[in-house]
Amino acid sequence: MAEAQNIPVGSTTAGQIAVAAESTVATRMSAPPSFDVADFPVPHGREEEWRFTPLERLRGLHDGTAVATDAGVKVAVEAPEGVTVETVDRGDARIGRAGTPVDRIAAQAYSSFEKAGVITVPKETVLTEPVRIAVHGEGGTAFAHQVIELGAFAEAVVVIDHTGDAVLAANVDYVLGDGAKLTVVSVQDWDDKAVHVAQHNALIGRDATFKSFVVTFGGDLVRLHPRVAYAGPGGEAELFGLYFTDAGQHQEHRLLVDHNTPHCKSNVAYKGALQGEGAHAVWIGDVLIEAKAEGTDTYEMNRNLVLTDGARVDSVPNLEIETGEIVGAGHASATGRFDDEQLFYLMARGIPADEARRLVVRGFFAELVQQIGVDDIEERLLVKIDEELEATV
Amino acid sequence: MATLEIRDLHVTVEADNATKEILKGVDLTVKQGETHAIMGPNGSGKSTLAYSLAGHPKYTITGGTVTLDGEDVLEMSVDERARAGLFLAMQYPVEVPGVSVSNFLRTSATAIRGEAPKLRTWVKEVKETMERLSMDPSFAERNVNEGFSGGEKKRHEILQLELLKPKIAILDETDSGLDVDALRVVSEGVNRVRETGEVGTLLITHYTRILRYIKPDFVHVFSGGRIVESGGAELADKLENEGYEAYTKGGVSA
Repeated sequence: MAEAQNIPVGSTTAGQIAVAAESTVATRMSAPPSFDVADFPVPHGREEEWRFTPLERLRGLHDGTAVATDAGVKVAVEAPEGVTVETVDRGDARIGRAGTPVDRIAAQAYSSFEKAGVITVPKETVLTEPVRIAVHGEGGTAFAHQVIELGAFAEAVVVIDHTGDAVLAANVDYVLGDGAKLTVVSVQDWDDKAVHVAQHNALIGRDATFKSFVVTFGGDLVRLHPRVAYAGPGGEAELFGLYFTDAGQHQEHRLLVDHNTPHCKSNVAYKGALQGEGAHAVWIGDVLIEAKAEGTDTYEMNRNLVLTDGARVDSVPNLEIETGEIVGAGHASATGRFDDEQLFYLMARGIPADEARRLVVRGFFAELVQQIGVDDIEERLLVKIDEELEATV
Repeated sequence: MATLEIRDLHVTVEADNATKEILKGVDLTVKQGETHAIMGPNGSGKSTLAYSLAGHPKYTITGGTVTLDGEDVLEMSVDERARAGLFLAMQYPVEVPGVSVSNFLRTSATAIRGEAPKLRTWVKEVKETMERLSMDPSFAERNVNEGFSGGEKKRHEILQLELLKPKIAILDETDSGLDVDALRVVSEGVNRVRETGEVGTLLITHYTRILRYIKPDFVHVFSGGRIVESGGAELADKLENEGYEAYTKGGVSA
């Protein structure tokens, strides 16, 4: 039997997109993936991948005018024993192996960061406590790169917690060795003015399991691009997301699962609640099943709950299948409203108005929150949901 | 003994930028243990009466009083009315996304009873009540009214009636859209609650069909926004034979 491969390398985004050159997933991008910002034209807003995003609120991240400042973000890592935490130079070979930037801001982040963070969980190390990465905005502008690597059969939970105020463009690489299990919780609990644009690349090794929770509450503009590809058969990805979009906020989640390898699974479930004038949530769910990816099993779902007038949702699931030899593939998207009639119905059963609203929103998010498995994060989310409800309505 | 007293109730609604008076002086007294059928043609204001009593924001009370055991119902918010013992089984119950039936029922029972029901007895209570209404146990895990058939929605309303045990139950066209089997199951549920003697029932219907299953003590004919004739169960037979024509053309005009 072959030795378990420690870190998957090789097939990453560039090659995969070439395979799908005629697909809508590929052609909807204005330029092929690249690490160099110069390979991407400055977006004008009508491109498929930018048409939902208010460019004027990107604070120059998209057109090269944003410059890193001294007080950008402060990063603090808390890791249990056995985990290696490093800060490395741009030239480090471990950077950029999970995927290539697919849009101009991700390429800008890659072209502009100075030092990268690398967190390594060695082979067969099973952590009992989460690794916690606190990213606190200090009011400035920053470009960042973070690598999280799990060796073969390693198991870890990583919490990345974004707070404070910043303009941040970043790439995050998750590299999972064979049989590794990684759960990542990325919380975007920014102050009201923050702008956060990031690409998350996960490369999942043979028989490895990647579970991601993307939780977005704060910020003026948050645009995240979680992407998954497989480095060997038997890989599993579960991508869960929650967002609570308030008045004036723009929160955009653009997912891609690239089934580039046979016998892999993916399950995507994102849920969002919106309230207030100008609240705008965008969800793009691209799943690509390449011709060679026989035995693929995939499902993606997006649900939105609109609590008040004046909020807007754009939800675009897109499933592209190049082989019929699969186990299953499906997608669903639905946006519902919590309106006065529903409120009346619940109140007519004795339930006070504020509790009725809480019941609806907590119920809506519950199935996802319960799966996180990190107690303090679960509790914080429920408290946060209640605070959001009290804030506006 | 609980008593709902409606005195000279006037209600308006805003429609097409105009204020329209729908209820034009309704008088009615419903006591615990009694069943009153309110019958009338479409557009007579029957459902407006039901929703006004429950406190729907669409309707404006412009005159009259409603009291429950002397307490001013019109001063109460929608949830306060429910906690005071009023229950409205709705003709068109709305979907509530994200809230399971089991969660909804328990939250509601907690609000109405003033404390959370003990989990073990509660689960049993819900299960048995659902069985009697021929509802599949999987029903409890579905979202409130989401994708329910017409019959399922009505059973769900009556399930709540049985669990919440109100003092006054207003059933707004609970029979509409039901086939005979569903009508029988739903009526049996209503009768179980009535047999306790602890509920006053206001049964609003267009058809006499449901009165074969639920026997009223009083029948009121509703037309032009008020009650135009009251009698015993025999009045329903008269309506069955003669229809509403006598009340809508000439005769009694509003």
